Amino acid sequence: MPGPGSRPASEGPIPHLVLANVAKRFPQAASPAVDGVSLELARGEFFALLGPSGCGKTTLLRMLAGFEMPDAGSIRIDGQDMGAVPPYARPVNMMFQSYALFPHMSVADNVGFGLRQAKRPKDEIAARVAAMLDLVKLGALARRKPGQLSGGEKQRVALARALINEPKLLLLDEPLTALDRKLREETRFELVRIQRRVGITFLMVTHDQEEAMSMASRIAVMEKGRIAQIGAPAEVYERPANRFVAGFLGAINLFEARVVAATNDLLTLDSVEIGARLTVTHDRVLPLGTEVALALRPEKLSLARMPDSRWNNSLAGTVRGVAYRGEASDVEIELTCGKIVRATMANIGGARDTLDIGQPIFAGWSGEAGVVLEQ
Amino acid sequence: MTNRLSPFLGTMIIVGFAFLYGPIASVIVYSFNASRLVTVWAGFSTRWYVELLSNDQIRNAALTSFEIALISATGALILGTLAGFVLSRYRRFAGRTIFGGLITGPLVMPEVITGLSLLLLFVALGQAIGWPKERGVLTIAIAHITLGMAYVSVVVEARLSSFDRSLEEAALDLGAKPAKVFAVITLPLIAPALVAGWLLAFTLSLDDLVIASFTSGPSATTLPMVIFSSVRMGVSPQINALATLLLVAVAAAVLIAGRILARTRNSPTT
Ligand SMILES: Nc1ncnc2c1ncn2[C@@H]1O[C@H](COP(=O)(O)OP(=O)(O)OP(=O)(O)O)[C@@H](O)[C@H]1O
Ligand SMILES: [Mg+2]
Repeated sequence: MPGPGSRPASEGPIPHLVLANVAKRFPQAASPAVDGVSLELARGEFFALLGPSGCGKTTLLRMLAGFEMPDAGSIRIDGQDMGAVPPYARPVNMMFQSYALFPHMSVADNVGFGLRQAKRPKDEIAARVAAMLDLVKLGALARRKPGQLSGGEKQRVALARALINEPKLLLLDEPLTALDRKLREETRFELVRIQRRVGITFLMVTHDQEEAMSMASRIAVMEKGRIAQIGAPAEVYERPANRFVAGFLGAINLFEARVVAATNDLLTLDSVEIGARLTVTHDRVLPLGTEVALALRPEKLSLARMPDSRWNNSLAGTVRGVAYRGEASDVEIELTCGKIVRATMANIGGARDTLDIGQPIFAGWSGEAGVVLEQ
Repeated sequence: MTNRLSPFLGTMIIVGFAFLYGPIASVIVYSFNASRLVTVWAGFSTRWYVELLSNDQIRNAALTSFEIALISATGALILGTLAGFVLSRYRRFAGRTIFGGLITGPLVMPEVITGLSLLLLFVALGQAIGWPKERGVLTIAIAHITLGMAYVSVVVEARLSSFDRSLEEAALDLGAKPAKVFAVITLPLIAPALVAGWLLAFTLSLDDLVIASFTSGPSATTLPMVIFSSVRMGVSPQINALATLLLVAVAAAVLIAGRILARTRNSPTT
């Protein structure tokens, strides 16, 4: 096991990883793959880069690993500029999306590869490989070849191989995508547990918002090579900065509206789209007439046969469809104006409180439930 | 298999195989014929093999052929591997299409033309710079390298184009310098293709008659040349025995090369 003393443990004033305005455009590409990304990571953090396919996540990771050179901007690790440092000399290791295990080497030889390159003594290598294989629970498979492993086992070999050199930063490119759903959910906890044990900074790339939110302490949402928002999972989910972030982190209902009244923390909006006035708390006073969108997560909507007195807002409609998911049901409601909204009902009452298609219903929410998106 | 062959298809297959392999089979059978007459069967004997081994002319030709095959297969392997690397790793450079076409040109070029043009080149070089003074083992080997490297480069390029580059990046990421990455990752993984390419080039050289005839001089006679010239005087059963041996050697080499290539294709590398 890597001891804590093998890396400087002090939290200096220098940030751990700093990306400043990093940009990269591939030759003959119409738009840059990474377009001015700035980011700071603290030591020991589990950070997730989240974004749709093609937004530049892998490109950013590859620049950190040294496989691609940024066109502009700088990358610093513990104050050291990485610009001229080749991949084999960087204190960074990467876990590849395809795992990239060496097919002609056993599991133990794969894991020990980094230590052999560092010319460690043989017995030290053997001991550290054994400890690392124990950490990822693969001790019994040390002599196997990668071709004889399941997907989940390969994934753990790749993790062990990337961790054994005790990098300052571990890059993980969609580490769970190749696993099936059940294994993926178990592995989430496993990966977080291992990260706590080794204390290495993890920078994970994923396009699965659930994965990012459940594992990382902070998230950066990327869109078209730029960072749209950085924050803790709850912050990004509850207070998305814009429509893209709101929509990417899960289903959302958007109502286009205009500000018609504003007090210190309460806005009154008029939505022509649904022909209703809505009230919502907001921490900023917006000028009257500002065009905004009210964003509302499906689980914040309550459904009832009659409007509830605790609601600040309520809309009438009919049930258009119900998708039973076990722990909850997704309900589609057609408002009287024709707009479709989505609500999620927790499955508390069991089979008793089922909704019938076509049944009239009221959807309502309190003033704190919605978020005003200014852009 | 539930669907049986129709009688027509069965007949066609037998006729086809007979057409392809009948002559070869007859060579093998008559190499064990006790009679000197090639067309009359007079019982089983291995005397032609014994005579063959004591035939100096043929032994020397065999040694020359193997020498040329060794040199040219090795030369073709080195040059063909370099060409295959460039073709698969550098997807865009000025003249890439022409380069690729020129490399693989000898695959489709009539041998007579390859042979003739090389002969003219050697003659012209000999007059211009005094080298080569005379044609022989070296000139044949050079000619065979041009042919063999085309095959090697095709095999190597195919292997590299299905090669997962992230394996090399992973090794680089784990601290191996580029030369080390090549030695411990790339080379072991493409080794089967290299062996197969070498064997292909070796067999090509061993059984080539046309190009060798053009580029050889009085000092070098290869096995196929001996066979061809002696057959013109009438087929000796010794030649049948020699052809049988050559056939076995070539078949073994091709079989091994095929096996190795098939194993590479099924390996989990890609
Ligand atoms: N080697 C390359 N040459 C040219 N363009 C590239 C190259 N690699 C990536 N791109 C382009 O850069 C953009 C970003 O690619 P990148 O692989 O970083 O996306 P990603 O966010 O990792 O996507 P995914 O989730 O699908 O893996 C894409 O438009 C892609 O086509
Ligand atoms: Mg990617």
